[in-house]
Amino acid sequence: MAFQFTRALACGAAAVALAFGAAGAAQARDLIVGLKTEPSSMDPQYHALTPNIQISNTMFDGLVNTDAKLNPQPALAESWTVDGNVWTFKLRPGVKFSDGSPVTAEDIVFTYARAPKVPNSPSPFTLYLSAVEKTEAVDPQTVRITTKGPAPLLLVNLAQMPIMSKKAASGAAPEGKTTTELNSGDGLVGTGPYKFVSWKRGAELVLARNDHYWGKKPAWDRIVYRPMTNAASRVAALLAGDVDMIEDPPTDDLARLKQNKKLFVEETPSARVVYIGLDQYADKSPGIPGLDKNPLKDKRVREALSLAIDREAIVQRVMGGAAQAAANLLPYPMFGTSKERTAIPKANVEKAKALLKEAGYPDGFAITLGSPSGRYINDAKVAQAIASMWTRIGVKTSVDALAPPVFFKGRDSYQFSAYLAGWAASTGEMSNPLNSLVVTPDPKRGVGTTNRGRYSNPEMDKLVAQAGTTMDDKARSELLQKASGLVIDDYGILPVHFELSVWAMKSDLRYEGRADQTTQAQNAVPAP
Amino acid sequence: MSAVRTETDVTAVAPPAAGVESPWRRLACDFFASKLAVLGLVLLVLIIGAALLAPWIAPQNPYDIGSLDIMDSKLPPGGESMAGAVYLLGTDGQARDVLSAILYGLRTSLMVGFLSVVAAFAIGAAVGLVAAYFGGRVDALLMRIVDIQLSFPAILVALILLAILGKGVDKVIIALVVVQWAYFARAARGAALVERGKEYIEAARCLSLGAGRIMLRHVLPNCMPPLIVIATIDLAHAIALEATLSFLGVGVPVTEPSLGMLIANGFEYLLSGQYWISFFPGIALAVAIIAINLVGDHLRDVLNPRNIA
Amino acid sequence: MLATIIRRLLQTVVVMVVMSALVFAGIYLVGDPISMLASPEATEAQREAIRQSLGLDLPLWQQYLIFMGQAVQGDFGNSFLTGEPAMRLILQRMPATLELASVAMLLSVLVGVPLGILAGLKPKAPRSRAIMTGSVLGFSLPNFWVGMMLIMVFAVMLGWLPASGRGDTVQLGPIGLSVLTLDGWASLLLPALTIALAKCSLIIRVTRAATRESLPMDYIKFARAKGLSEKRVLGVHLLKNILIPVVTVAGLEYGQVIAFAVVTETVFSWPGMGKLLIDSIINLDRPVVVAYLMLVVFLLVMLNLVVDILYTVLDPRVRLEARQ
Repeated sequence: MAFQFTRALACGAAAVALAFGAAGAAQARDLIVGLKTEPSSMDPQYHALTPNIQISNTMFDGLVNTDAKLNPQPALAESWTVDGNVWTFKLRPGVKFSDGSPVTAEDIVFTYARAPKVPNSPSPFTLYLSAVEKTEAVDPQTVRITTKGPAPLLLVNLAQMPIMSKKAASGAAPEGKTTTELNSGDGLVGTGPYKFVSWKRGAELVLARNDHYWGKKPAWDRIVYRPMTNAASRVAALLAGDVDMIEDPPTDDLARLKQNKKLFVEETPSARVVYIGLDQYADKSPGIPGLDKNPLKDKRVREALSLAIDREAIVQRVMGGAAQAAANLLPYPMFGTSKERTAIPKANVEKAKALLKEAGYPDGFAITLGSPSGRYINDAKVAQAIASMWTRIGVKTSVDALAPPVFFKGRDSYQFSAYLAGWAASTGEMSNPLNSLVVTPDPKRGVGTTNRGRYSNPEMDKLVAQAGTTMDDKARSELLQKASGLVIDDYGILPVHFELSVWAMKSDLRYEGRADQTTQAQNAVPAP
Repeated sequence: MSAVRTETDVTAVAPPAAGVESPWRRLACDFFASKLAVLGLVLLVLIIGAALLAPWIAPQNPYDIGSLDIMDSKLPPGGESMAGAVYLLGTDGQARDVLSAILYGLRTSLMVGFLSVVAAFAIGAAVGLVAAYFGGRVDALLMRIVDIQLSFPAILVALILLAILGKGVDKVIIALVVVQWAYFARAARGAALVERGKEYIEAARCLSLGAGRIMLRHVLPNCMPPLIVIATIDLAHAIALEATLSFLGVGVPVTEPSLGMLIANGFEYLLSGQYWISFFPGIALAVAIIAINLVGDHLRDVLNPRNIA
Repeated sequence: MLATIIRRLLQTVVVMVVMSALVFAGIYLVGDPISMLASPEATEAQREAIRQSLGLDLPLWQQYLIFMGQAVQGDFGNSFLTGEPAMRLILQRMPATLELASVAMLLSVLVGVPLGILAGLKPKAPRSRAIMTGSVLGFSLPNFWVGMMLIMVFAVMLGWLPASGRGDTVQLGPIGLSVLTLDGWASLLLPALTIALAKCSLIIRVTRAATRESLPMDYIKFARAKGLSEKRVLGVHLLKNILIPVVTVAGLEYGQVIAFAVVTETVFSWPGMGKLLIDSIINLDRPVVVAYLMLVVFLLVMLNLVVDILYTVLDPRVRLEARQ
């Protein structure tokens, strides 16, 4: 559609609203957001990727939605009961889609049935339905989901499934409306606070207020998203007033931005941990030349490497304060963490050297640390800082900072003895990082997929597997606390820091930061 | 028509004063007559000297990461380290002394830049001349190869070379040569096409001089002016390109930054008030480029056969 | 002439095929697209499923043949990342890049050639020295830095121009052009200047060198002896003869800017194709990279054809055919 026409229409509408003297809660105002990454698609089931998910959450709701701390809250489902493997959800009455049609259980069934049918999805949403056996509409207001076994994480996973309208999104293709059609807005109908207006890739995504929204009246007439991949340009645009809010300013600008009276900076701890993975499998590790055994298999060596890292210094000097030093895989008090493991191990160079000597490496050894460059915030810089800290205790480290695809190729083929990586726990609880990062790799069960150091601790594996089928929250939390304690005490993985998510905005706005680092613009509100 | 220097002309050119003057002496006299050129030469010698002597004159070895303390990072010029040493130009994000990093970085950048430009020039000019001289199918084949090369993004070339050859400074140079030769080829061909139509080429062919000889000794010197301009500018490009490629993991390790990498790394600090991390390396690079251009400009004027007599 | 054009078009087809093969092989060597696409939480089984649905489990030569079979029908495949047709993604963004490149090169040539001639006429005059020093700065200053400085001064401090994005466009059929609106020019100015600064410096230097070459020539002396006005001597006789190297360089640079103006597009968040290419390379989104480079090589061959034809127009002694 003609870009200019939409603009003119919107300008006209805004002008009319102003002319009528908009006093009261409705702001005759647009919110313009500078995004770090553009979504790859509007289809809420095409690509399970943060930039896509955050846009879907503005246009759609799931049966439940996660709040800022990643706890599931009732959304389209008002209440639910669990009986063994059967979950019964009662839908909220009176909810309408943005085209005015009512929400029924058929829409839920349609949505969940569509997910596996989306072709060529680079990251299908079936991931989140892996525990579901079948979904039925009992009556127009009740949905029954039968799971394959005990599913303590069902709610958190269902929050990632935006509910689409069966009426609007049905079509000729097996999956109904195709991804391409949805990208142009055809069939893109949801219950969220805003609805789709237009999308020009690389330039602008425009959403408008959904007048049928079931919740609190949305604050903005329109939300306009502009992709600005360069961090410095994003900040410049905010300073120039071209945008109202931006994601992820560069960490070095934070001090200056916080001092600026015209701006407000929101910082929130995220569930993303940056960690060091160590090769604990090979007898002769590829990145450690000159030795005929693998020093990383000795716990004392791993402890020494951990003690050498001055986490606070990294947080302050490399991350500009936009991070939290990490002693565990998730920040306390997220689900599965215990208070005992919050104390950050202080860097202790002397003790580290003593441990190395005790383990039989008085002169240290050489190692290569692999790291992606540009995948995580300041990744290559953190790797260099760690390399210099390790070199100081005698472990002469060279850094291989590589473009992300090259890094993944090396890591996934076990070429690195030590590597830096990040992990975001999308479920907001401990079983997620444990299952992916440190449980013994088992392709059949689909665990340990990112455990490229091939760490293996059978006792911990048992605890994590048990937690996967324990429905009682308290019992599950204790199992996870114990399991994570085991791997941390064994130095099977070295957590470095948790990223702090940062948003910068004009001083008359507020945004409650989220632990999943998403920017859900509908939650940006005028300052009180 | 065009005054081209052939064997018969050289001696006729120099006005006999107190005997026959050596052409080199004449060149030197002309060159040093310009104050700017002398300034350029002095700067160049200083810069190259500083780069070569870096391990001895630099206050710190910035490539020894064990000696870096992250608590000293981003100190302003004149700042003091935890140990009491003063950093004349401040430190960068990894706590490297900016002055030392510039001296060490110059070596890599200049070497990489210079070698890659010279190699790209040689290969490109050769291809361009051959294409223009023989014309027809040879020209078409060579120029289509050039077109493919010009369309191939440097980043992809570097990633592929990284996958095939592995890392190393020499691989960066190869990557830069691969990326740049095509540009010289086209420029050389363009200039040579013009020369090809001129009478002196006919004359040379009538003398049964070989193709190689004609191209090298008669066509090439007359194509030099635009090629030299491109070469000097290309040096700046090569240094910047090397920085981009190093970011991706091809070539110089991230803990041993070249001048280009220092500048590129420092960009993000420019707006946060820590200008020195990019500013001083940038000045060093600009001075080096200006010096090379001052010398190159005047050298070209002096060497130009048409300006003699 | 017609024969040359037809021959060139045929060669273009060959070149595009060669390019596509190179890209297929190249991306295959660099890494695995699945590692960049799939969610980190995907299991091995899920990754295999994605691999199969994208056809990446077949041997490389088979994937290439399938691609060629579809390409000759005009289907260049769908982007792995977005699922959209690759060529459509590129063509949507091409007008923006073409606009930026054209305006930047036009500025460079219009300003650079006169300045270069000026500098070449009296090389020792102070203004010539000033022009030359300015030009050295022009190409030594990094592109990124120039862009950010322009934004800081004109957008943040003075607020005269927008800091990013493209302005309003006017639709001409399927193509939107922002050069036809005032708002469009406001957004176009800073990014075009950023690019033009370095290109202009190059053109100044090449023009000056060519001017210095041509001034001592006999035909200039004859023209002056004939009593022609200096304006005519310079504007007609000199200009025609120095344009060959200028056209060569301008053509080369124009091609480079169109294909690879990434830094400027990133700094100004300009919705052009350059950024698309870099992102696609890093993400190993092969269909987009292949389609893009095939298009670029086509454009470049055509551009070089135009330049070659211009050679023959500017200097009748130039022949593009094989010598007798």
